[in-house]
Amino acid sequence: MPERKIRVLIAKPGLDGHDRGARVVARALRDAGMEVIYTGLRQTPPMIAEAALQEDVDVVGLSILSGAHMTLAPRVVELLHAQGMDDVLVLVGGIIPEPDIPLLHAAGVDQVFGPGAATGDIVAYIRAHLQARLGRAAYGEPP
Amino acid sequence: MNDWLDLLGAGPDKPAGRRALARLITHIENDTAEGSSALAALYPYTGRAYRIGVTGAGGAGKSTLVTALTCALRARGQTVGIIAVDPTSPFSGGALLGDRVRMHKLAGDPGVFIRSMASRGARGGLARATADVALAMDAAGFDILIIETVGAGQSEVEIARTAHTAVVVEAPGMGDAVQALKAGLLEIADVLVVNKADRPGVRATVNALQTMFESMPHPPPGAPPVWFPPVIETVATKDDGIEALLDAIDAHCVYLNESNKRAEHERARVEADIMRRLRDGLLGAALDCIGAAGWEAAVAQVAARQTDPQTAAGALIAALGLGEAKAR
Ligand SMILES: Nc1nc2c(ncn2[C@@H]2O[C@H](COP(=O)(O)OP(=O)(O)O)[C@@H](O)[C@H]2O)c(=O)[nH]1
Ligand SMILES: [Mg+2]
Repeated sequence: MPERKIRVLIAKPGLDGHDRGARVVARALRDAGMEVIYTGLRQTPPMIAEAALQEDVDVVGLSILSGAHMTLAPRVVELLHAQGMDDVLVLVGGIIPEPDIPLLHAAGVDQVFGPGAATGDIVAYIRAHLQARLGRAAYGEPP
Repeated sequence: MNDWLDLLGAGPDKPAGRRALARLITHIENDTAEGSSALAALYPYTGRAYRIGVTGAGGAGKSTLVTALTCALRARGQTVGIIAVDPTSPFSGGALLGDRVRMHKLAGDPGVFIRSMASRGARGGLARATADVALAMDAAGFDILIIETVGAGQSEVEIARTAHTAVVVEAPGMGDAVQALKAGLLEIADVLVVNKADRPGVRATVNALQTMFESMPHPPPGAPPVWFPPVIETVATKDDGIEALLDAIDAHCVYLNESNKRAEHERARVEADIMRRLRDGLLGAALDCIGAAGWEAAVAQVAARQTDPQTAAGALIAALGLGEAKAR
């Protein structure tokens, strides 16, 4: 039986117009063997939740530089849960002030990665958490 | 096991129905037992959807064109399922699937469902997976299925061929037509699109393609009609030429129905599908029978020039006891 691939949606909500960081992460995840659905700039939370549903992803990564993370990220989590996608891993990347991080966790965001985060850490985090959440069998033994 | 018929029954315009379809597609892609049994149960409910294949080089504007075409189909009240295939990286096994970037216009429309697929293994799994995903979307009730593939690999071209109407997309530029000819794309085209008609060099590309099709042999008087692929100019970013493209696809659909080609087409698809499963199944069963040791022994003998490949394969086949089967 072929090994199950990890599917990740990378979205860029909000109005700021550059997606270099999101693209770097998308490529790193691809190079780690994941299937990355990249959706581009200026995505609204309903667009992101609907794309996550259609693509049946395991992970949703939000890249937010606009400072609107406290409204955008919880809204995406809420919409994902409303459509029964409670076990999707939600990650936020971007410039997030320290005091906001526990608030994002409380709103259902699984992890926050700052601008200095190594892409290798993001890959390792996704692998470890999906294995814990969905069981080893689903994703094969770790290398 | 889930009752997928029941789950899909919620309807593709309802979140529950869409979620069920999305999860079923994952099972199909991963070739799980659950996916296979669901497909068997759904099969009687398939056969309604019209399949349009869209293929061509990367960057020709396929995703933009698919979006414009989908908007036009939606305006006619038809629902659309889109399968967008991009290549898997041969180095990492991962893939970057970016077709949705061009499809924002379709967001929020419950009559549209978009699924991005990676081509995954080169060992022919793509044709099976896309055909089966199309069946799932068909059973879910979409009127039209559009399958976008990069017209490069053998299986991508094969997928476009299995569509009812194969649309091949070109963009102006020197040598495009020759390139498409080399890739075997023109052979499968039912409709040819020269997209980016706002760019210089359109006329030359259109003329080159038209000349090629005009040199196709014409049928003698009284013979059944033959389809000549029309060449349509579009500017997908401005929705220019989309109505003409839709008219050409409609005309091809009418031709298939009136010439009884649609039934032939379906028969050919079914034959190829059963044949592929038979081949895969037989080969798998044969290899299980032969076993790793038997295989190694045969390979070693041929490598050492103690026997030749045909004789070795013949001996393996004979040992299976299938009667008069011969090595080829
Ligand atoms: N000038 C021009 N650009 C276009 C047209 N159609 C698509 N493009 C652009 O071509 C690029 C590739 O388009 P895309 O649809 O992703 O191509 P694909 O790789 O074939 O799916 C994008 O930047 C589009 O905006 C067109 O008709 N005219
Ligand atoms: Mg594309």
